[in-house]
Amino acid sequence: MRSRTFLLIVLAAAAAFFAFAQLVSNNYYFFAGYTVLQFIVLATAWNILGGYCGYVNFGSAAFFAVGAYTSVFLHKTYPLPIPLLIVAGGGIAGIVGLGMGYLTLRLRGSFFAIATLALAVVLQTLVVNWDYVGGSRGAYIIRPNTINVAGFEIPYIEYLFLLMLILTVVAIMVARTIERSRLGFGFATIRDDELAAEACGVPTLRLKLIATTLSGALMGMAGAPFPYYIGFLQPQSAFALEYAVNSIAMPMIGGTGSWIGPLIGAVLLGTIQQVATVTISSAVNVLIVGVLLVAFVIIAPNGIVGLVQNMMRRERR
Amino acid sequence: MTKPLLKIEQVGKRFGGFVALDGISLTVAPGERLGLIGPNGSGKSTLVNCICGTLRNETGTVTFDGREMDGLAAHQRTILGLARSFQLPRPFHSMSVADNLRIPLLYAVKARSGSHVAKAEADERSLEYLRLVGLDHKAAKLPRDLTQVEMRKLELARAMAAEPKLLIADESMAGLSHSEIEDILKLLVRLNERGITIILIEHIMSAVMSFSQRLAVLVSGKKIADGKPDDVVRNPEVEKAYLG
Repeated sequence: MRSRTFLLIVLAAAAAFFAFAQLVSNNYYFFAGYTVLQFIVLATAWNILGGYCGYVNFGSAAFFAVGAYTSVFLHKTYPLPIPLLIVAGGGIAGIVGLGMGYLTLRLRGSFFAIATLALAVVLQTLVVNWDYVGGSRGAYIIRPNTINVAGFEIPYIEYLFLLMLILTVVAIMVARTIERSRLGFGFATIRDDELAAEACGVPTLRLKLIATTLSGALMGMAGAPFPYYIGFLQPQSAFALEYAVNSIAMPMIGGTGSWIGPLIGAVLLGTIQQVATVTISSAVNVLIVGVLLVAFVIIAPNGIVGLVQNMMRRERR
Repeated sequence: MTKPLLKIEQVGKRFGGFVALDGISLTVAPGERLGLIGPNGSGKSTLVNCICGTLRNETGTVTFDGREMDGLAAHQRTILGLARSFQLPRPFHSMSVADNLRIPLLYAVKARSGSHVAKAEADERSLEYLRLVGLDHKAAKLPRDLTQVEMRKLELARAMAAEPKLLIADESMAGLSHSEIEDILKLLVRLNERGITIILIEHIMSAVMSFSQRLAVLVSGKKIADGKPDDVVRNPEVEKAYLG
């Protein structure tokens, strides 16, 4: 399918999704939907480095928090509309991703994963000790109840939902474009065999830097509207374990080989988590992820997409 | 005298206290077929890794096509025209056989020519290389569906797809039957006839002797002989190294 046709289909699906949410006159669905969309962006971003290149990043929460705290910083110094904050958050998180890549990409496997975890710890320590953005006390973001969008006065949560929906479309388009491009081929060679990739003329280090930058930028973009969503940002919520765990688990459960895997994983897991939050407790969310992840690693190591592909292959035979 | 395509001067490499290469010097002329032999642990693969940029030599210089290679990354050397096949085949497992060949075309060849290699052109050229090694009927298969000899052919075809001036075949025939060795040898000769200079590293002496125009011998990180194959195998030092 051509990229333009695909974009039109994704945009139509996003518009239908937004229209459907409008029909349900309950703001909770926008709150829950925002969270699921946010995880689609995070999972898609993680998959660019973790799925396409095979470099497992345990520091997703750090990039998400960089985006969130960029918004807090700018909210205090020079308030900007949220779309511009998303661009700024993405830019700063992208630069952090580039820096992390430069410092750590000579590391491989578990050493790289540990280094990304260390990045999250270092950044959290910095934020906890940075009074200007609230430090360990946290920072309040007072948002209006409604906002005027193209002449329509809509509740603020619907506005945030709409922004996250657009960001989701952007993330999916970026991932799909990479997957079908020369860059995507290069990423796959890094995942399969880095030494052989270099021997084929693939500039592996440069490609890994592109992946860390893109992945970090998208995670930062997902985090930028978060202070406006939550209203009170503190280090424990921005650097929460669930971002790091979900960012890894969702693509693993959906399938890391293509853009649709993180989407399926995030919709499935995100929805289950939202239902569990309402019916049981948000405390069981990480438990659900853990149980599902273990189950999928044993039953379907290539995720739902891999499972379906295997079934189709068997049927063809 | 023709300018050498590859010139190695006093190349040295240590791993801790172990001297893997001890001041190796070697030249390879354009279009030549050089055999490189030596017992296990003599430094052949380390030398290949230093030539290709996988390892950095601590002393000496490697000059390829008139350009000093020291400090260049492995992919930059491939782009300049230096390709290798690995001792143990290292295919890209998630890609089809044809896609494995598209990688050097999309990266090495494109970077060298500076022009865009269109998808259709890359497809056509990868199929041409697969035809040359007799794997065109397996283009859509995954590497895991190939036999051992087919895997070795894929390894060579992928190195060829980088369209190199010099190809280093590192033990491409290990573990193959007599007829399979013949297959690979014919393929290497065909490549050489296309103008590609080849360094063959091999333990199978009959294959090295029939293929090489010149033979170099490494023992304990030192070059102990270099000359015509028949003269080299009669060299007392070589006999001693192999027979003790």
